[in-house]
Amino acid sequence: MNGAHDMGGMEGFGLIGAEDESLEPVFHAAWEGRVYGINRALGALGRWNIDKGRYARERQRPVDYLNHSYYENWLAGIETLLLEALLVTQEELDTGIPAGLVSEGIERLVLTEEAGSQLPSRLNKVLLPDQASPQFAPGDRVLAKNRHPSTHTREPRYLRGHVGVVHEHYGTQLFPDMTSQGVEQGGHLYCVRFEAGELWGAAAAARSAVYADLWEDYLEAVA
Amino acid sequence: MADQHENHRHEHSHGHDDDFTAPPTVIELRVKALESLLVEKGLVNRDAIDAVIDTYETKVGPRNGAAVVARAWTDPAFRVWLLEDSTAAIASMGYISAQGEQMRVLENTDATHNLVVCTLCSCYPWPVLGLPPVWYKSAPYRSRAVADPRGVLHEFGTGVPETTEVRVWDSTSEMRYLVLPQRPEGTEGWSGEQLEELVSRNSMIGVEVARKPDLTGKAR
Repeated sequence: MNGAHDMGGMEGFGLIGAEDESLEPVFHAAWEGRVYGINRALGALGRWNIDKGRYARERQRPVDYLNHSYYENWLAGIETLLLEALLVTQEELDTGIPAGLVSEGIERLVLTEEAGSQLPSRLNKVLLPDQASPQFAPGDRVLAKNRHPSTHTREPRYLRGHVGVVHEHYGTQLFPDMTSQGVEQGGHLYCVRFEAGELWGAAAAARSAVYADLWEDYLEAVA
Repeated sequence: MADQHENHRHEHSHGHDDDFTAPPTVIELRVKALESLLVEKGLVNRDAIDAVIDTYETKVGPRNGAAVVARAWTDPAFRVWLLEDSTAAIASMGYISAQGEQMRVLENTDATHNLVVCTLCSCYPWPVLGLPPVWYKSAPYRSRAVADPRGVLHEFGTGVPETTEVRVWDSTSEMRYLVLPQRPEGTEGWSGEQLEELVSRNSMIGVEVARKPDLTGKAR
């Protein structure tokens, strides 16, 4: 979807204003850590995946997304996910009082202290076996399709309609446009190089290029 | 946006652990209420949340990445492996977990300077760098890194010669990118441990170069 999250090439946000890295804390307030921890703990329940999580944050009104700090956006996403997974009701969120029981058997999925102290991995979920031969190979010229799905996609707006060259084939990987809709499907993934001049016009700095990872459905062959 | 972030941070830090006298903010109350609701419903365990926070505050961070870089600077065979099969080489040092399952290491040279961004959200290689800094997740960086990388580098005080190609890597998939900065001159014979001190987090994102030996305050 063409949401406020898709920021590549936007202007007017001002300076980056980075903090000194030796002084910057991991969390800037205790509540940020709680939001991070709640997100991880809820993830263990297996009711959604990372792409659904991203889609939940992106669907906020653009004004809200831009006004929110990073972990405020996470909180908004968590509330959306909880409601859509029927784990909480709007009334429960409004009152803070539990009203209904959750689905049977969920207690055995709840993240434990021991599991929370381990670094998680979902290695086996990312790469899938090939279901078809890849359509493109390194060196091929490809066009990033001009597509505007109303749901989640990982094809940024600033690349659409532009021609690049395949740099590397990353194999078959979960396709976010479908996994965000709850359908587990794979697609060939490619790292594609776009010249800065192709993306930003003749005024773009010379000797500069953008590499982005794009699924086969985002691309078409260029002669 | 930078200003708004500052305001948010300021506003929301009231009532936080270092200031018990101020009333909690709206966001703090909202998070507290949500956590209590989820605990009462049996969906989350408070001790588990504490453990997650502790893990990401203390067990992962850019020192992991610095160890990878220092090893690549001192061990030519490891450097080759790291560039050819980044995921396996990094995993061999024990750094593999969520947001780092698939890695590509990008080597900076005189000819090429690499810079990593996630324009769509905040994708970042957690096992080697920890959680991303605020600026990496901010609108100014996400919007400008792809369109004006040299301007972004300039803001970080990083001069890249016109003859050097700047490559910006937009993390749009589950592949995670780590920059291998150039080893600073004047570090011949340094140990891996000494070299790690020169490897800043920002140099592994690519917005800066590695620290110069005379800036670390360390005797050679």
